Amino acid sequence: MDHRPQAWGRPRDDVYGAYDASYLNNSGPRTVTQSPVVTGTSVIAIKYKDGVVMAADNLASYGSLARFTDVKRLRTFLDTTVIGFGGDVSDMQFLDRHLKELATDESYEVEPTLDDEDDEESSSSKPGHLNAANLFKYLQKLMYQRRNSFDPLWNQILVAGLDSESKPFLASVDLRGTSFTSPSLATGFGAALAQPIMRKYAGTEEDAAKLTREQAVEVVKECMKVLFYRDARSLDRYSIAVVNKDGIELEEDQQLEKQSWAFAERIKGYGTQTV
Amino acid sequence: MQTSIGTGYDLSNSIFSPDGRNFQVEYAVKAVENGGTSIGIRCKDGVVLAVEKIVTSKLLKPGANKRIATVDRHLGVVCSSLFRFLSLRPSRPLTRPSPSQVYSGMLPDGRHFVDRARDEARSWRDNFKTPITTSDLASRMGNYLQAHTLYQSVRPFGITAIVGGFDAQEELPVDGQVGSGPSCGAGGKNPDKKYGGPFLYMIEPSGLYWGYYGAATGKGRQAAKAELEKLDLTGEGITLEEAVKEAARIIYVAHDDSKDKEFELEMSWISGRDGPTKGLHQEVPKALREEAERLAKKSLDDSDDEEEEKKEEDKMEE
Repeated sequence: MDHRPQAWGRPRDDVYGAYDASYLNNSGPRTVTQSPVVTGTSVIAIKYKDGVVMAADNLASYGSLARFTDVKRLRTFLDTTVIGFGGDVSDMQFLDRHLKELATDESYEVEPTLDDEDDEESSSSKPGHLNAANLFKYLQKLMYQRRNSFDPLWNQILVAGLDSESKPFLASVDLRGTSFTSPSLATGFGAALAQPIMRKYAGTEEDAAKLTREQAVEVVKECMKVLFYRDARSLDRYSIAVVNKDGIELEEDQQLEKQSWAFAERIKGYGTQTV
Repeated sequence: MQTSIGTGYDLSNSIFSPDGRNFQVEYAVKAVENGGTSIGIRCKDGVVLAVEKIVTSKLLKPGANKRIATVDRHLGVVCSSLFRFLSLRPSRPLTRPSPSQVYSGMLPDGRHFVDRARDEARSWRDNFKTPITTSDLASRMGNYLQAHTLYQSVRPFGITAIVGGFDAQEELPVDGQVGSGPSCGAGGKNPDKKYGGPFLYMIEPSGLYWGYYGAATGKGRQAAKAELEKLDLTGEGITLEEAVKEAARIIYVAHDDSKDKEFELEMSWISGRDGPTKGLHQEVPKALREEAERLAKKSLDDSDDEEEEKKEEDKMEE
């Protein structure tokens, strides 16, 4: 019997043969995420005159397998900001926990209540407050930092809320730290399929400022339908959020309505069709 | 009873006196007894914390330098701790050897207590992906304070902390959870048992902590306790709004006009998710606080009038 400590807890060499230590010292470079594993598809969002509407379906795919069908990809921050995640779901969870920590940090801050302070400012416009625009800037720096350490968070993120002037704010940042803003935004397949539809209604900031909430919600729902028709990694159950100065209304587990698959008959070239 | 002075048994934390007392801890309690009054009320649907903040200088900005702090905000696991500080001239030195060690206030101890509590709450979340319960926080902070009564190298905390929190009654998602989980919810729950609710703890310099319906500490604690005992906290309980008004009144009753003129009332509250603060620990809104203060002053004036009337009646009878 081998009593040496390095043999403790190991299968006996005389019975099972020597352990192949090459399994342990993995030569070669340290590797980090090379590709996402469980992924969410498009997130779409459009500004309207008082705020922003955002939607994402509830699917997390494992490759082409529809693996998880109740994944909520719209996250809220402090009742002021909605964050939509496309891409890797585990990186989304990491970011979600991180955002929760930021929210706790925010609650530590106390503004002095002066007796002569009478102006009732909305919480998103207070200086120093982490509003959507500030939060976006933070996330952008975070994503870019991770990219530069060659360990990106494999997401494309939409951030919606109000900026420091209490105007609707919508911006996007991806795993490379690339960021931009626009009256309407979409990630993943939505950038090709939903963005052209949304641009018809909100091509410019002026157009977006004319949209009512109902119109914006209608456009987003229409886009979710088109995405479900055309995107094979999508689902007919989705979450939709409206964010404005009154806060966030988030509805998870919505069902796509009024679908019409009549167009499918005209599609040729797939499956068992021979013509 | 043996006196502590000159016997040498009060020189260190880690030495008991022959009759089994730890004088350093008792001195710490003395330090607490001189601070502004602070109270906590546990009511039916939440917790209210209030502190009498003595204005030590006109140069201090009104409303600044908060004495109630948030430990963790999230979904009813918000705990707040309320700490009190010693007025600028402590009645007796805390550590005898060098008078230069007379502490100008135990506010820094409170700050450190809050820092530690926040660390505990955060590490709990890191480990368990769920908010810390009020009782667990009280337990951990109790241990921490107790550890400061054991060693030569440290002194006990010069604070008594009141910790209030509302533990979630509904099922909470795990932090970072993306799906909805099994439809039956998490296991290990007894359907007949109620989970969560408002909780209130008070932690003393010795590390002793108990759960309370109503807790009071600081200079006016005797008067405050007497008033708290008059409230129906143990039976049916009072509502959060009533508790806010009572808390303001008690702070005003416990305030000693002859010693300290000016004070600020600082109040915070925590309700359940369906209550006014949505499970978060927040400062009581200015309008409600001012209303409560107005009522508090009115009830003080009324009782003064009654007393005067009584005296006059007595005189008449004479």
